[in-house]
Amino acid sequence: MATQSLVGTKNRSGQVVTDAWKMMHEAERSPCFFTGSEVIKEAIRRANCDVMIAYPITPQSEAAALIGELFAEGFIGDYFRGESEFAVMSQCAGAAFGGARVFTTTAGPGTMRAMENFPMWAGARLPIQMIVTCRGINSPLSIQPDTLEISYLLNTGMLVWHAETAQDFYDWILKGYMVSEEPDVHLPLALCCDGFFVTHTKDVVNLTPADMCLPPYDPYRSPVPCMDMECPPVRMMRDPFVMKSNYISYATHASWQQEVWAAVERSRKHTIRWLDGLIEVDRPDAEILIVSSGTAVSQGREAQALLEEDGIEVGIVKVKTLRPWPEEEIRQATKNAKHIIVPEFNVTGWLAKEIRATIPDADRVYAGPHVCGGMTMPPEVIAADIKKHLGIKAESLAGRGS
Amino acid sequence: MSTMYEVLPGPEHFLPPAAASMGVRLPDPGQAHIHGKIVNEDEAMEVAARQFLSAKVPTIFPGPLVLWAWNEKAAKKATAIRHLYETIKESVTPSQQAMLIPMPDYRPKYPKINPEIEINPNHPNLTIWHNKIDACMFVGVHCHQANLSLKIIRGGTYCYTMAMCAQAGHEDAMVSFRDATADKIMRLADWVKKLKGSVAPPKD
Repeated sequence: MATQSLVGTKNRSGQVVTDAWKMMHEAERSPCFFTGSEVIKEAIRRANCDVMIAYPITPQSEAAALIGELFAEGFIGDYFRGESEFAVMSQCAGAAFGGARVFTTTAGPGTMRAMENFPMWAGARLPIQMIVTCRGINSPLSIQPDTLEISYLLNTGMLVWHAETAQDFYDWILKGYMVSEEPDVHLPLALCCDGFFVTHTKDVVNLTPADMCLPPYDPYRSPVPCMDMECPPVRMMRDPFVMKSNYISYATHASWQQEVWAAVERSRKHTIRWLDGLIEVDRPDAEILIVSSGTAVSQGREAQALLEEDGIEVGIVKVKTLRPWPEEEIRQATKNAKHIIVPEFNVTGWLAKEIRATIPDADRVYAGPHVCGGMTMPPEVIAADIKKHLGIKAESLAGRGS
Repeated sequence: MSTMYEVLPGPEHFLPPAAASMGVRLPDPGQAHIHGKIVNEDEAMEVAARQFLSAKVPTIFPGPLVLWAWNEKAAKKATAIRHLYETIKESVTPSQQAMLIPMPDYRPKYPKINPEIEINPNHPNLTIWHNKIDACMFVGVHCHQANLSLKIIRGGTYCYTMAMCAQAGHEDAMVSFRDATADKIMRLADWVKKLKGSVAPPKD
């Protein structure tokens, strides 16, 4: 691999290009007390990133602004604000077509506005990394945490990961490039977190040394040629299959789509290696399991502790990646469970639907509790729902003021 | 996903699935795969050589990454591919016809390509059908385009497909090598030479 030969040399800002595995697993770490937004900045400082483009939208604006400071310090090759989220994602595509390692951030309505670009990124096999700091998307306007937007990303062909903590965020930004830039994967990554809960709260995060950075992106390992107006995927855009009405055109387009999803499947092997599995399981033998992603996992852990005080044992399954979907892992982890509780920060319960479609005896899945529009999810609510599900009388938290 | 899916010559289906979506995994360095099963590289070398020697029209499809001397490695690989082709040609009987047909680019070409002189990833079956190719090897084709072609060939033809990939390999081929170098291609030519005369030629 060409970029491996650069290990030990210095990049444009004087950082030592380091073998990514050694940097993430062996280098000494130092604890810092940072907000999630500051953690994004620190990860990008070490990501050897060529281009960062974003448009301000809460709650990702702070991270985007902080990365502007990195540009001023010489850690990013180019940095600018696009005209809109749609423009930003198109500009990201242009930079990635040109062979750059690209980073962007977005949130809520911004994600929705830019949506047309995401299947285009995946179809063009562009390994762009996009941070999604989830917030409400519907009218009436809300800037508060809500994970509904993730469900719209699930069928774009992008890799979709859901971080629980700022530490996940730091590690997964750097590891994410290593997975998504593999030539057999080479897909964009939507690295999601629950806005405000992760981006605007401080936490202790262990950082790798600031004088180390990832090896640079090597565009010559791409599964498609670099930008060329005579070759696909660019040629496809000016001479698309859709303009030709014959079996061969349809078959080529169909095969192209299949290849994108094949690449999502191939990411499984690399993701398992880098993230130490697609899921994390605590107490797999428990008859009651809380299966969730993002900060709902943290709330689930608190509920687990509350229920333990009442003598009720509960296990936790943390789903780290939504694409690739950990189908086999979830099937295995839930095989002994009698009750599967899926708390979510959205109104539709998309994670519960995915789990129901994955496991046998899907009536074991209890879709909820749900909160949305910025509501918090007190662990007492999860504990009360579990008790209710088990036929145990529980006090309603909503009635405490009466 | 547990897998029972085997990557075999077609015609398989109106729209065959991508092998990766059926649970077929790519080999690790030092390995190869045969029909989706991970094997050591030498085992795959022998199978590939036997396929070339037993086919009526054994064909190599070199792609853009090796058709132009854009770096020293590409030039060396091109020389090795020419050597492999010459070795196959010398090792088969007069009733067999070895071919070397380039995939010069990936542009959709309409109304259609000339299948006698090139292959195109958007309709590779035309070249296979026209020349009655029953065993082929892709080399120097960008991975996305190679997978596209290999799947379309598996869907609509009976051709036995092989891939000499410079990256991680191809599940959609029936035999796939990874991390291809000029030396690896020369090793395959050595296998063809070694097995010359020991493989039954195709029946008419």
